[in-house]
Amino acid sequence: MSQIAAVEPPPEESPTCTSYLDAGHTLVSWLTTTDHKRIGILYAIAITLFFFIAGFAIGLARLELMSPRGMLLTDEGYNRLFTLHGIVMVWFFLVPSIPATFGNFLIPLMIGARDVAFPRLNLLSWYIYLIGAGFTCYAIVAGGVDTGWTFYTPFSSLYANGNVVAAAAGVFVAGFSSIATGVNLITTTHMLRAPGMGWFRLPLFVWAIYATSLVMVLATPVLAMTLLLIVAERLFHLPVFNPHEGGDPILFQHLFWFYSHPAVYIMVLPAMGVISEVFSCFARRRVFGYVMMIYALLGIAIIGFFVWGHHMFVAGQSQYASLVFSFLSFMVAVPSAIKVFNWTATLYRGSISFEAPMIYAMGFLGLFTIGGLTGLFVASIPIDVHVTDTYFVVAHFHFIMVGGTVSAFFAALHFWWPKITGKLYSEAWARFAAIIMFLGFNTTFLPQFIMGYGGMPRRYHVYPQEFQVYHVISSMGALVLFAAYTLPLVYLGWSLFYGKRAGPNPWGATGLEWQTPSPPPEHNFDEIPRVDAPPYNYHPEKEEAFEPQGRS
Amino acid sequence: MSEDFAPKASSYADQWDWLFFVLVTVSAIVVAAVLVAIVVFSIRYRKGAAAFRKDLPGAFSNRLEYGWTTATALGFLAMFWWAAATQLHHAVPPEGAVEIHVLAKQWMWKIQQPNGVQEINELHAPTGQPVELIMTSEDVIHSMFLPALRLKQDVLPGRYTYLWFNGDKPGVYHLLCAEYCGTAHSRMTGRFILMSPVDYSRWSARQPQADNAAKQGEGLFNSLGCTGCHAQNSSVHAPDLHNVYGRPVQLADGRSVVADEAYLRDSILLPGKDVVAGFDPIMPSFRGQVNEEQIMQLIAYLKSLAAPGRNK
Ligand code: HEM
Ligand SMILES: [Cu+2]
Repeated sequence: MSQIAAVEPPPEESPTCTSYLDAGHTLVSWLTTTDHKRIGILYAIAITLFFFIAGFAIGLARLELMSPRGMLLTDEGYNRLFTLHGIVMVWFFLVPSIPATFGNFLIPLMIGARDVAFPRLNLLSWYIYLIGAGFTCYAIVAGGVDTGWTFYTPFSSLYANGNVVAAAAGVFVAGFSSIATGVNLITTTHMLRAPGMGWFRLPLFVWAIYATSLVMVLATPVLAMTLLLIVAERLFHLPVFNPHEGGDPILFQHLFWFYSHPAVYIMVLPAMGVISEVFSCFARRRVFGYVMMIYALLGIAIIGFFVWGHHMFVAGQSQYASLVFSFLSFMVAVPSAIKVFNWTATLYRGSISFEAPMIYAMGFLGLFTIGGLTGLFVASIPIDVHVTDTYFVVAHFHFIMVGGTVSAFFAALHFWWPKITGKLYSEAWARFAAIIMFLGFNTTFLPQFIMGYGGMPRRYHVYPQEFQVYHVISSMGALVLFAAYTLPLVYLGWSLFYGKRAGPNPWGATGLEWQTPSPPPEHNFDEIPRVDAPPYNYHPEKEEAFEPQGRS
Repeated sequence: MSEDFAPKASSYADQWDWLFFVLVTVSAIVVAAVLVAIVVFSIRYRKGAAAFRKDLPGAFSNRLEYGWTTATALGFLAMFWWAAATQLHHAVPPEGAVEIHVLAKQWMWKIQQPNGVQEINELHAPTGQPVELIMTSEDVIHSMFLPALRLKQDVLPGRYTYLWFNGDKPGVYHLLCAEYCGTAHSRMTGRFILMSPVDYSRWSARQPQADNAAKQGEGLFNSLGCTGCHAQNSSVHAPDLHNVYGRPVQLADGRSVVADEAYLRDSILLPGKDVVAGFDPIMPSFRGQVNEEQIMQLIAYLKSLAAPGRNK
C-alpha cells in the first residue's frame, strides 16, 4: 500500500464486523461520513431528487407542446422550464450520475482498496455539490432563468432578465465538486490498487471512470472561467462578449463548447464502462478486445477535446475551421464504433442470460448505436446546417445521453443493487420496467428526428401546425417513459424491506467487489485481496464457472 | 403557407435530401447488422443451449479488430469527403447575386430589398438567380433558418454573416429564427416568398417606394459630415472611398485586409482598429451616432461607389 492509504489505517475490528450500512444509523453519522460507499449513496439520493425535478419541468413543457399554440404556459414560463430542465439534468444529474455514485462506491472495491485516496475531500465534494445545487434552486425559486443550458452570449450576459448570475454561480460551484471527485478518483486509481492489480488487469469500469476523471479535471476549469466572464459582464459591465464594446459573442461559444463537448464524454464514458461489466458477466465471456476497449476509451477522451467547433458550423466560423472540426468529429466516432462492435462480439460464443441489468444494457447498445450514427449526420457540415438547432439535434443527444447514459445508469443500478443493499429485487418487475423504458424512450425521441428533418426548431413554445402530430406522439412517449422511471423507485424500495438477502456474489461475477460480503463491511475487505488474474475470467463452456480476480 | 412536410425550393435542397437519405440508408444497414448479430447470438448462445463456446484463436480476433477498425475509418472518411465536397461546392456565392439586407432584432426580421423596399417578417426573393442575404443583428444572436432551402446561418450582433441561395420553386415557405433569442423566440417567424422573376418585379413595383439603401447611405454620408474629410477636394488627409470596397487595403501596421462589409463597419465604429497606411489615426468613431440600419445604408453607399463587379 502507498503512503496515501497509510493516512487512513485499516480498522482494527474483527473480521466479522458490521456492514457499512450498520456502521451508524443516525443522520449525523451519514452527513459526516467519509466512507466512499456512504458518500456514493448520498450522491445517489441527491441526483435522484434532481432527476425528478428536471423531469417534472420537461414533463410540463411536453404537455404544453401537445398544442401548437401554447395554451398552458406563457412564452416566458416555457423558456424557464426548458432551461431548468437542461441545467439541472446536465450538471446536477448527468455529470455526477455514474462517476459520483457508482464510481465512488465501486472504484475502491474494484481495485481492492479500503477507501478513496482523499476520503474527506470526497465528503467535501458532496457538500460543494449541494451548495451549487442550492444556488441553482435559488435561481429557480426566485423566478427562474431563461437562457437555455448553453448560456449563449450576449443574450445571457446583457439581455436575459432571469437569475442568470445565481444559475451560473450554481454551475460554477458544482464544477468544483466534479473536479474534486475527478482528482480523488484519479489518485485512487494510481495509488491504491491492490497488489497484483496492474493497469491491464483493471476492470473496464475503472478505466472508464479514470478517463472520465481526466476529462473532468482538464475541462471543467474552462467552464468555470467562462461562467465568471458572463458574470463579470453582467454585473460589472466588463465588455467581453458585448460586440458594441468591442467584445466577441462567438468567443463564448468557443469557450463553452471547449468544455461542453468533452463534457458529453464525461456523461457517456462511465456508461461505456458499466456496459462492459454487464455484458461480460451476463454473456459469461471476457470482453472482446479488452485492450482495444481501453485505447478506445482514451482515444475518445483525448480526441473529444478537439471537436468543439462542430457545434458552430452555422455560427459564423471559417469554412476551413469547420472542415477540420468535421473531420475530427468523424474520427472520434471511430473508437465509439469499435466499442459497439466489441460489445456485440462479446456475445459470440457466450452463455447468455437475460436478467434485468442485461436487458438495460442491450437497450443501451441499440440506442447508443443510433445516437452515434446520427452523430455522423450532424458531423457532416451540410446536414448539420439544416438540422442544427432543430429537434433532430435534440433527438441525437437524447439518444446518447438518455438512451445511452441513463439506460446504463439503470443497468448499473440493477447490477450492483444487491451489492449495495444486500437485497434482491423482483426480477420480473425489473425486466418489465426495462422493456417499458426502451419502448417509451423510442416513442418519445424517434418522432423528434422526423420533425427535426422537417425543420422544427428547438426551444419553440409555439410552432407550425404540421409538426403537431409528432409532438403529440412524443408527449405520449414521455408519459410512458415517466412511468418507467418511477417503477424502479417502487420495486427497489420494496426490496429494501422485503427483498431476499443477496449473497456476496449473486451474478457469479469476477470483480473484487463481489469477493466481499453484501453489503460490504465498512473497510471493504477484511484482508486486502491479492490479484492474480485478469478481469472477466468467465468460462462460457462450463456453465456458471468463473475465476474471481483475486482472493483475500 | 405550404402545408407539405419538408417542402423543397432549390436544387441544393434536392442534393441535400439525397445526401441525407444515403446516410439514413447506410445507418439503417449498420443498425440492422448490429441488431441481427445481437438477436442471432442471443438465441444461439442463450444459457443452456448446446453450442460451441471455445475461445476464438487470438490471431483471428486481432485480424477481425484491425479489419473492422480500418473499414470503419475508411467508411467515415468517405462520408466526410462527400459531405465536405458538397459543402465547399456551395461555399462561394456566384457573381452578381441579388443582395438583400437582413436586420434581426428581438423579435422580428427587417428586410431591405435592393431597391429599398422594406419588409418585416417577410422575405420576397426571385427564383432562378442567386440571392445573397447580408445579415446582422441589433441585439442578441439570431439565426436565419429557411428549411425549404435546407439552409441556416446565425445572425450576429456587430458582424455580418451571409447566406446565399438559388431558389427554383415559387411558393410560400417558413422563415424561422433558429437560435434561441429570448422570450418570443418562437414567434420570430415569418414567410419566405419565392416568386418568378416577373412576379417579383411586379410585386416590387407595387410596394411603397423608398430610396434604395445606397441612396439613403449617401444622405447619411453627407449629413454625418463624412464628406468633410473624405471628399476628394477636402483639406484633411483621409482615404478616398471610391473603389475601396472589395479591394485589398494596406494597413499602417503592415497587415493587408480586404475591404469587406466587416472592415467598413469597423472603420466607422472602431476607426483605431485598422488604420490605413499613410494616414493619421484621426477619424472619430461614430459609435452611438448611427444605428445598425444606418450602418448598413452607409455600407451600401460605399459599395455603390466601387467599380461594377460584385455589385448590381
Ligand atoms: C459518435 C460520436 C459523436 C459525434 C460524431 C457527435 C457529433 C455531434 C455534433 C456534430 C453535434 C452538433 C450538432 C449541432 O449542434 O448542430 C452534436 C451535438 C451534441 N452531441 Fe453529439 N456526437 C457524438 C456523440 C455524442 C456523445 C457520446 C454525446 C454525449 C454523451 C453527445 C452529446 C451531444 C450533445 C449534448 C449535443 C448537443 C448540444 C446542444 O446543442 O445542446 N454526442 N454531436
Ligand atoms: Cu431569434
